[in-house]
Amino acid sequence: MSQFYLTALQLSICLGPMALGIFITMKIFNIPDITTDGSYTLGAVVTAVLLTNHWSPLVVFPVCMLSGAIAGVCTGLIHTKLKIDALLAGILVMTGLYSVNLIILGRSNVPLINMHTLFSGFSFFHTELYNELSVALVIIIILIFLLRYLLLTDFGIAMRATGNNPVMTKSMGINNDAIKIIGLAIANALTALSGFLVAQYQSFADINMGIGIVITGLGAVLIADALIIWMNITRIGLQLLLVLAGSLIFQLVLAFTLAMGIDPNFLKLVTAVFVLLIVALPRMSQQLRGSISNNGKT
Amino acid sequence: MISLQKISKFFNKGKPTEVIALNDISLQINKGEFVVIVGANGSGKTTLLNIIEGSQLPTTGTIRINDQDVTSLPEYKRSRWVARVFQDPHNGTAPDLSILDNFRLAALRTQGKNLVIGINEAFKKKVQAKIAELGMGLENKIGQAMGNLSGGQRQALTLLMSAMDHTDILLLDEPTAALDPKSALVVMNLANKLNRELGITTILITHNLKDSLAYGNRLIHMREGKIARDLNSKEKTGLLLPEIYQWFE
Ligand SMILES: Nc1ncnc2c1ncn2[C@@H]1O[C@H](COP(=O)(O)OP(=O)(O)OP(=O)(O)O)[C@@H](O)[C@H]1O
Ligand SMILES: [Mg+2]
Repeated sequence: MSQFYLTALQLSICLGPMALGIFITMKIFNIPDITTDGSYTLGAVVTAVLLTNHWSPLVVFPVCMLSGAIAGVCTGLIHTKLKIDALLAGILVMTGLYSVNLIILGRSNVPLINMHTLFSGFSFFHTELYNELSVALVIIIILIFLLRYLLLTDFGIAMRATGNNPVMTKSMGINNDAIKIIGLAIANALTALSGFLVAQYQSFADINMGIGIVITGLGAVLIADALIIWMNITRIGLQLLLVLAGSLIFQLVLAFTLAMGIDPNFLKLVTAVFVLLIVALPRMSQQLRGSISNNGKT
Repeated sequence: MISLQKISKFFNKGKPTEVIALNDISLQINKGEFVVIVGANGSGKTTLLNIIEGSQLPTTGTIRINDQDVTSLPEYKRSRWVARVFQDPHNGTAPDLSILDNFRLAALRTQGKNLVIGINEAFKKKVQAKIAELGMGLENKIGQAMGNLSGGQRQALTLLMSAMDHTDILLLDEPTAALDPKSALVVMNLANKLNRELGITTILITHNLKDSLAYGNRLIHMREGKIARDLNSKEKTGLLLPEIYQWFE
């Protein structure tokens, strides 16, 4: 049973980079980016092919992130240069990526059993799951640390301001288009990193593994956002940690639902309803209190 | 310094809703001048600033800044020379970012935003000292979100921010419209000081006709997208308030 929740913990950490990526696009840049489904699978597919060809996982790591970044740049270019709605730009790239992923993978499913992976390279503990958990944990902690640093730098301030007030940033000498493209590149590189981790953790890559994954990341970010507003957290490092916590809460709810014996076929429906609840509950409680939805921000 | 040649700006050109916001305007503004622009609502004042700053491109005509043709240069590149206080107080600052973050960006207006942490104790002290000059008591709130401040406070800070980095041109679009009389005076004195001491070329749009007499060394009256009057320092000195009121009849 505890194994059950540990698995959820491990999965939530592996999906953590993707949630952080969605945090960057959605909360920092105010862009609804759903390239995610495609770039997540892209990360997994690149991982599977390169590992099968005996590349070192440590080399596959950056290659994967690069592939995701390229996907993000595509969405960014379509959105900013062709002035196409971000949502549509994401859908276009995601759709295109399905074929790209299929071509890279060569077939719809590649197992990674008995392969040299990032997780098999270390043996701190006897239990395999603990090893996997500690490796993933180290990665996500370094990642949060780096992202926190990035967002506190002058460049990071420019990133945050661009999503917050694009009129102001233009008058501050910021090229909004360029910075959005960079943001989408970072976000999708992180998403591909999740694909890299999950593929090795689950020991397979599947062409359909990314379908609907964006909702998982979105759920994590929405949970985090609710907590950030509720506890009035302004420190960026803490906000990033809460995104990880959001990812964990999300996976635990799913694990719990499965443990209750719900048909796995209903899992996506449960996920969608859960996200709906996260979005709707704060609004409904606000309406109940009769207050106008205005946080003093305009 | 700033030279506009035969600038026109049409909105919704060719449609029934067509507006001629600027109608064949030519204007030469010299370095260090403090130009005050008055004119009725909709006479094209804001549009003129937008065109100088680059947030809108003219339909026809050319703009030169420092003898360089900038007509098609995007706004973010023109910010090298131009700082601006917007008519809407919400436009000039990022509400979710702290006051300090906002000032950091302003301090880098003409420079690269690099991967270094630029906010240190020295920078905080500098910002606090600047803000203290306003006398609004905001110097102890620099960690707070900009959005928590009132419109007038934000507008005053926006003006301060425009002087955080070197600027040749300062565009002020009704900067005191949202301010109480005391804050308005503080802001106007600050603008005046920036013009006098740093020689920043300043263009001020105002509906406060007293201010239009009290400040600046050139007065332009805009009407229906054209420059109806352009008074130099001497002509402006002899001007009386009732005369300006008559322009609006
Ligand atoms: N984006 C736009 N689209 C269509 N028409 C516009 C646009 N911006 C301005 N206009 C029109 O151009 C004309 C000039 O507007 P502008 O904002 O420059 O006036 P203003 O002199 O600044 O007025 P106010 O004193 O009210 O600020 C007005 O008739 C306005 O309706
Ligand atoms: Mg105006």
